[in-house]
Amino acid sequence: MNSLANKHILENGLTILTKEIHHAPLISHWIWYRVGSRNEIAGKTGISHWVEHMQFKGTPKYPINILDAAISKVGGYWNAMTHLDWTTYYETLPADKVSIAIDLEIDRMANSVFDQKETELERTVIISEREGNENEPMFRLSEATRSAAFNQHPYSQQVIGEMQDLRMISRDNLYDHYQQYYTPGNAVLAIAGDFKTEDLINELTLKYADIPVRGGSSQINVTPENRIDIGDQITVEGPGDTVYVQISYRAPKATSDDFFALIVLDSLLTGPTSLSMFGGGSISNKTSRLYQKLVENDLSVNISGGLQATIDPFLYDILAITSPDKDAQLIIKSITEEIDRIQNNSVSQAEIDRAIKQAKALFAYGSESITNQAFWMGYSSMFADYTWFDAFIDNLEKITKNRILSAAQKYLNPNHRIIGIYRPSHKENG
Amino acid sequence: MDSQNMKNIPGSDTISTFTLENGATVLNFSNLNSHSIYMIGILNGGGGLDPSEKTGLAHFTANLLSRGTKNISFSDFHSQLESIGANLVFSCGSQHAWFRGKALAEDVELLFRLTSDSLQYPSFSQEYIERLRNQLIAGLTIRDQDTSEMASLLLDQHLFPDHPYGQPIDGYTETIQSITRSDIIQFHNHVYSPADMIIVIAGAVDEQEIRDLSEKYFSTWKIDAAIQPINKLIPLPPANIIRKHKFIEGKSQVDLLMGCFSPVRTSPDYMPVFIGNNILGQFGLMGRIGKVVRSKSGLAYYASSSVSAWSDVGTWEFSAGVNPENVEKAIDLIRKEMKRFVKSPVTDQELDNSKSHLIGRMPMSLESNAGLANAILTMQRFKLGFDYYQKYIGQIKSITVKHILTAAQRYLHPDRLVITSAGPGEDIK
Repeated sequence: MNSLANKHILENGLTILTKEIHHAPLISHWIWYRVGSRNEIAGKTGISHWVEHMQFKGTPKYPINILDAAISKVGGYWNAMTHLDWTTYYETLPADKVSIAIDLEIDRMANSVFDQKETELERTVIISEREGNENEPMFRLSEATRSAAFNQHPYSQQVIGEMQDLRMISRDNLYDHYQQYYTPGNAVLAIAGDFKTEDLINELTLKYADIPVRGGSSQINVTPENRIDIGDQITVEGPGDTVYVQISYRAPKATSDDFFALIVLDSLLTGPTSLSMFGGGSISNKTSRLYQKLVENDLSVNISGGLQATIDPFLYDILAITSPDKDAQLIIKSITEEIDRIQNNSVSQAEIDRAIKQAKALFAYGSESITNQAFWMGYSSMFADYTWFDAFIDNLEKITKNRILSAAQKYLNPNHRIIGIYRPSHKENG
Repeated sequence: MDSQNMKNIPGSDTISTFTLENGATVLNFSNLNSHSIYMIGILNGGGGLDPSEKTGLAHFTANLLSRGTKNISFSDFHSQLESIGANLVFSCGSQHAWFRGKALAEDVELLFRLTSDSLQYPSFSQEYIERLRNQLIAGLTIRDQDTSEMASLLLDQHLFPDHPYGQPIDGYTETIQSITRSDIIQFHNHVYSPADMIIVIAGAVDEQEIRDLSEKYFSTWKIDAAIQPINKLIPLPPANIIRKHKFIEGKSQVDLLMGCFSPVRTSPDYMPVFIGNNILGQFGLMGRIGKVVRSKSGLAYYASSSVSAWSDVGTWEFSAGVNPENVEKAIDLIRKEMKRFVKSPVTDQELDNSKSHLIGRMPMSLESNAGLANAILTMQRFKLGFDYYQKYIGQIKSITVKHILTAAQRYLHPDRLVITSAGPGEDIK
């Protein structure tokens, strides 16, 4: 890994994280806002994601398409993502052109127009995006399973939002959301690449310090939900000839010590996965316990696990894909049995060591990319602190058999999980 | 681009290359900034060699290479890789079988050993043939429900009628069901050979180590398969609009594709079309097409165009994801943009923007070991010369608006296209 990050906080509350990396003449500039679907209420679901789209619609200084041309012209790429706890905008571009990204992000933190006509055009684009998602059986299953896994918490909603809300949200709703959350005190700037820290900090301080504090409090009153109340099984029917079985358990929040134990557990059960949403490579999972138990015994054709680092407890998902002639209940029973084995102390130190080696390899692959390194600094600041990333491997290395046992017993409880099955319409299964 | 941005661009002074006695070519780029290595390779064995009644045979064969060998079981194979966080995958394109591997630099020998063993001594056990067959068929049932995949499959079928490129590399359920162990062994014996193999390694290893490992693991592979190039002639371009739609039940959105041929990779027209396409369907938020279809009309979440080029053919594809009610409107808008593109030259501003974009993004594409290895493979595969990326900026700068217009007029005919879609709506057969 390269040098550790430096942290500065401006008077207007903006946190700046920098990391010098000199292997390529690039800089990656990420601005993160603490707003995502977690900050949404019923009737306004999807509003954070829609605001993200509107941020590409221009300001008086950089009208629509000018923003776009300015970044693209220098060979940079830029995009944005909205997730449960955050929204982020990034640009990776030649190191000597970083001022373009800085100027654009400063401008649209405070001056986006939210034109009425553009709002309506974007409404149909976002509805089209949701329709594209609805084409996917796994989206439908995830939507149903997540909804069942929470009572009140906004994590129950998909980031894209409900279709009826996307039809009703107004321009003013969007602008109010923007005014409330797009303020320096609610943002983290993460920047990595080929620069001299002192020079860059001077430039950033000079430019970002002028953004005024505005809007109301960005703090929200959300009650975390811990254990899933009761085990439930839901079925989603739809077209196709493929069955999807998803089991969702409550996962610990990212700042919990248990989170690292669950990373190792996930690795043992379904294989190693990178938490990064931005590169870092992958490692196959053919020696994982559930691949051996399900795929090698011809019960399913695929198995995967999903764990996300979040502010509040979210979900740990196990997903199996199979054909309609296989018994979905037998898949569920097999997964339960394997988890039961772990809960009864079948984990060896060698398995733990392997999971840690795999995590280290994924980190090495991820560190090749300057974009990925800037991503990690900002990302970890959204649910913890940037040091969470630097301490990631150390925390994994502290995981013991006892902690794994304890986490498996606490989180992977068969009485407190949601089982979702997507099955083809008119096909008998399980 | 200034001289600072030229560092790390692979060229004849930094790429080491050598050929084994059996014909295998090995190329290495030492990148000591990283802690890992990336390996990529191609050899004879692409889907273009599939007999039509056994479509998917090449894909089936390539995927079995990581299912155990005569010397190492499936379980040991993956245990050795996964226990050190390494990865090795075999796959198949139209023209070649491919392998891609990644490991920490200290584990590079494992990748060589397992790749060599898999390519030369696959076990093709009946147990894993049947397991993989089930997995492949499950994948095909998912593909049949995927609007994007089905629109693409239809496009290939009608752009390449009666040609192997018109067949899906992953086959059809009935052809996958008909493939026997004997078919697979025969295909492997007759087609896989070191004679045309190219291996590229980029990462924290030096030339001598790669040379030693290549000799140790690949020089014993004797040539006993004949190289079988794909000889069938590429069909003529479409003579008019060919419109096809595949109904898929229960979908909300239609995936739309419009396509025609584009220049081969070594054609002088390639660079003008590549830059022109950037203006038409890539630059910024998807170029002129994205601006018209998405930004101005709000018709689609995505709308863009892309150019792919190989040694014997290239394709130019325009795609959009739209509501079923807007399909014809989107087709009209995209065709209007095509007409404008072949009628009038792009503006100097547009050309300057795209040139600047393509030059500026080169360091990003060469940032990782994977990016470096892919770039070196492209130079070797298409015989572009090892100075290709070092001359790349000059090549881009030399293209004029007239070059783009002339090349576009040669390949892009808005009234001679294959237009396919999949999703809601009645079949158009």
